[in-house]
Amino acid sequence: MPNHNTEKQWTPKIVAFFCNWCTYTAADLAGVSRIKHAPNIRVIRVMCSGRVDPQFLLDAFAKGADGVLIGGCHPGDCHYIEGNYKCLRRFQLLQKMTTDMGIEPDRLRLEWISASEGDKVRVVVNDMVSKVTKLGPLGLPDKFKSWDEEMKIFEHSIEEKEVFEHV
Amino acid sequence: MSEKPKIALYWCASCGGCEESVVDLAEDILFVVDNVDIVLWPVGLDFKKKDVEAMPDGSIVASLINGAIRTTEQEEMARMLRRKSQVVIAYGACAQLGGIPGLANQFSLETILKFVYEEAPSVVNELKTRPLERFKDNGRTTELPGLWNVVRTLDQVIDVEYYIPGCPPSPKLLKEAVLALLSGHLPPVGTVLAPDIALCEECSKKDTKPTDLKFESFKRTHLWEVDPEKCLLSQGFLCMGPATRSGCGALCVEGNMPCTGCYGPTSRVRDQGAKFLSSISSSIGADSVEDIDKILVGIPDPVGTFYRYGLPGSMLKRKVVL
Repeated sequence: MPNHNTEKQWTPKIVAFFCNWCTYTAADLAGVSRIKHAPNIRVIRVMCSGRVDPQFLLDAFAKGADGVLIGGCHPGDCHYIEGNYKCLRRFQLLQKMTTDMGIEPDRLRLEWISASEGDKVRVVVNDMVSKVTKLGPLGLPDKFKSWDEEMKIFEHSIEEKEVFEHV
Repeated sequence: MSEKPKIALYWCASCGGCEESVVDLAEDILFVVDNVDIVLWPVGLDFKKKDVEAMPDGSIVASLINGAIRTTEQEEMARMLRRKSQVVIAYGACAQLGGIPGLANQFSLETILKFVYEEAPSVVNELKTRPLERFKDNGRTTELPGLWNVVRTLDQVIDVEYYIPGCPPSPKLLKEAVLALLSGHLPPVGTVLAPDIALCEECSKKDTKPTDLKFESFKRTHLWEVDPEKCLLSQGFLCMGPATRSGCGALCVEGNMPCTGCYGPTSRVRDQGAKFLSSISSSIGADSVEDIDKILVGIPDPVGTFYRYGLPGSMLKRKVVL
């Protein structure tokens, strides 16, 4: 398994898409209330969980995220009425697809966290970090590189052959 | 004899349908032959690899290469044609996005070879013989191309200037591309030579597409009768029209078969499968986890459905654990 931080012990990188109206505010509240949680998440604020395009999530994985967390308003509470329902439907189909592609279901997570639930941010983040830590690195950028190693070997043999033919 | 611009046509991991589409030019092929010299076309004409190798670098105006890249031979030919050509066009869905052969990226090479040479129901192979890359007999060595573990799009192996999408591309697109090459008025490098709008725009059933789609279930065409007058999505069939580039003339939909997405995404979309997945699933007519799951039973193979022509060119490229 490739290890990103060879010096230190590996810890997961988790990209979190939090909706502006609920989960982002909750994360803010957690900060203001000095609630401590694992530092492994990189939060990206979106206006609504319904704005989270599945392309964002795949791109996060492809660029090196070990897990992706989406946080939105509780069902019925969406600022835009039904953005979170759209997010839920997309999430369920996407998780089915990514599981088929070999990405463990625990690496992709959707949680409803309202603006007042600062402590739920801590619980969810800590739980996800511990689950993803157990799974180990996903390391897609390294995998892409190692898949392309085989091309280098062939490139080399082709070059040799061409030199030979041109003589 | 006057010098006509030279064109090469080559195939890699493909079915031959793209070659058919060249023949489908019908009378227009006479126009093509009048205006260009074909210097390589293994399917149609007897030119040798060494003839092309003997040509100076950059002497071919354009190479149209179809098929994904899976073998060392395909890579070698692609790289050779790259050197000899001013412009390389990835021709067809396999060269552009990986195509149907790209679905093999869900399995390891060993799984595929084991099935094909040992386990397939139609195979009798008690000695478990498999082809060798090198075989010596009477002092002579026979070589076969090596297989890669990964199926790649053409532009993952060599630089590509333009793309002509489709499985296969329509003869109209090919003719337009040849005309553009002859006129020298070429679009910016990286352009897909097809209209940059979604298929729904040119669909004759467009007017019956509701603004608010709601899927109560997903239907499959072999189990349900299609109403030829109505938008296929509104009937519950998975038609990839909203997430697929137009240019085919909506051939499948006119034949009452849903679009399967062979023309790839428009320029605004990076990952066609993810985008279509997004568009379809957000219109599921259920709000709870259980009810959504019940409806999703109608999509038993999301990878094969959404990435039918584009797995190697997608963001994830290949199954992660193989």
